[in-house]
Amino acid sequence: MDILQIIFWILTVMAIGCALGVVLSRNPVNSVIFLILTFFAISGHYLLLNAQFLAIVNIIVYAGAIMVLFLFVIMLMNLNADTEPQKSWLVQLAGVVSGGTLFLVIIAAISKANLLGVINKETTNIGLIKVLGQVLFKQYVLPFEISSVLFLSAMIGAIVIGKKDME
Amino acid sequence: MNLFLLNAATNSLSDYLPILMQIFMAIGIVAIMMGGSHLLGPKRKTKDKLANFESGIKAIGNARQPMAIKYFLIAILFVLFDVEVIFFYPYAVNFKELGAEGFLAVVMFVSFFLIGFTYIIKKGALKWED
Repeated sequence: MDILQIIFWILTVMAIGCALGVVLSRNPVNSVIFLILTFFAISGHYLLLNAQFLAIVNIIVYAGAIMVLFLFVIMLMNLNADTEPQKSWLVQLAGVVSGGTLFLVIIAAISKANLLGVINKETTNIGLIKVLGQVLFKQYVLPFEISSVLFLSAMIGAIVIGKKDME
Repeated sequence: MNLFLLNAATNSLSDYLPILMQIFMAIGIVAIMMGGSHLLGPKRKTKDKLANFESGIKAIGNARQPMAIKYFLIAILFVLFDVEVIFFYPYAVNFKELGAEGFLAVVMFVSFFLIGFTYIIKKGALKWED
């Protein structure tokens, strides 16, 4: 096993283990910390795929900014131990059924997909910032503009929901 | 020197070895310092020393209280503009190659954000006191 393979396995175990930790830990703050570790592991995978820009953006946006939002959401809730919601078994059953359905769909999709055909063993430069910019601003310039409309709607939505009207 | 130039042209994972070494050095020094002071330092635990305090004042009440939504509003607006800036990095690297067409695309992108920004300012979403 060469060094890249060892790093890959460490990152894979870290990603899956931390993702399980997000779901299984009782304390929501612990879940967020596990989610940050998962994002770092995925960033490591991006580095292994020679996509340095995506790795850094993943850390800046997801581990840096989105996680702060998650922490804020957790702090907006009431976190006292005695107010921890205990779900009834009916809600738990509904969760198991819906989660299991999604799991089955994913399993079916993966078993149908031809994964081995798309694996490219040569190193590519597709994740580098220069190539990414060329593709983004030439081939995908319309989705790029539409994304700014999405941001605009997110801004307006956040203000409409979050801001009290000035009377 | 020549070696570094060569590496920059090929842009493989091994060029990031210095950065990785720097990260490991930074983490390692911090871990050694904190672990060393934790292991070597004397510990005299008394009830008063272990009590929670802030600025020498005894803790009153509960810290787990729901906080105001305006913190969240500022944070979510920060994230949106943060993502906007990240879109500039690929453009800045390709600035010369993309020419006028790319410039127009980015101007349009930014103008949508400017509309949002003026909306934010007009609505007073960044005003802290209400």
